[in-house]
Amino acid sequence: MNIKKGNDMRLMRFQRPEVWNWSAFDQLDNLREEINRLFETPNNGFARSEVLNSWAPALDLYEDKNNLVVKAELPGLKKEEIEISFHDRALTIAGERKHEKAYEGSETSRAERFFGRFQRTLALPKAVDANQITASYKDGILTVTLPKSEEAKPRQIEVKTK
Amino acid sequence: MKNNTTTLENSSVTTERPFKGYLLPQVNIVETQEGYLLEAEMPGVGKEGLEVALEGNELTIVGHKAQEQSSAELLYRESSQKDYRRTFVLDPTINTSRIQARIENGVLTLTLPKAEEVKPRRIQVTD
Repeated sequence: MNIKKGNDMRLMRFQRPEVWNWSAFDQLDNLREEINRLFETPNNGFARSEVLNSWAPALDLYEDKNNLVVKAELPGLKKEEIEISFHDRALTIAGERKHEKAYEGSETSRAERFFGRFQRTLALPKAVDANQITASYKDGILTVTLPKSEEAKPRQIEVKTK
Repeated sequence: MKNNTTTLENSSVTTERPFKGYLLPQVNIVETQEGYLLEAEMPGVGKEGLEVALEGNELTIVGHKAQEQSSAELLYRESSQKDYRRTFVLDPTINTSRIQARIENGVLTLTLPKAEEVKPRRIQVTD
């Protein structure tokens, strides 16, 4: 990965949860069931979201002449559930994915999706105009466009002849 | 059983690996009296990029990400450019002619109804 200098990323490390080592979890599963029985807790599948307690969406950062663009993978959220804030050159994307009430009472045979709160903060490498930030959400991808402030834009200086 | 398929039955977890060159979408599967409900996360995939194919009792979902033409320079990337793909072995009680698919906000929802004859039903007791 080619990361530019001065492009500092803060906080929580993103972990791509695409490949679970199921065979290892199988073993754990048996143990967990034993323990659950011990405590007589209801067995609600392998509630990973509760084990890891949070999830973090993947972020991409782009730059063109006039804007910085941040894209976040946030499938299955409602527009109203996404909170975007900007403070001190850092963009924060947060929100909560709620469990669907409709599925209560049905039997879960797979639970790989993450639910619950998430938050990510990205320190931007350039100054942006905080008042001009816009965001859109399509196909589960949030796109935040941050126009660069005037001093951060590239500028051609003309040399005058006398 | 191939190890990159997910069995959609009341069975325990099977080992599986993603198809080469593809991402394995994360799924939730719940079973109700009416059938199964399967949700798969495919951010970046719209209706145009979605393929759902049934072959025998194997259901394959493929999600192609919309390719964007952009002159912007990539500074940092965490997302994957790969498309999504996953295969499920269906419970034989599923009525495959009535499967429905819908994609919304990057989440595919498949409704897989059970055949009428296998649904639990109350039998009237006659005198």
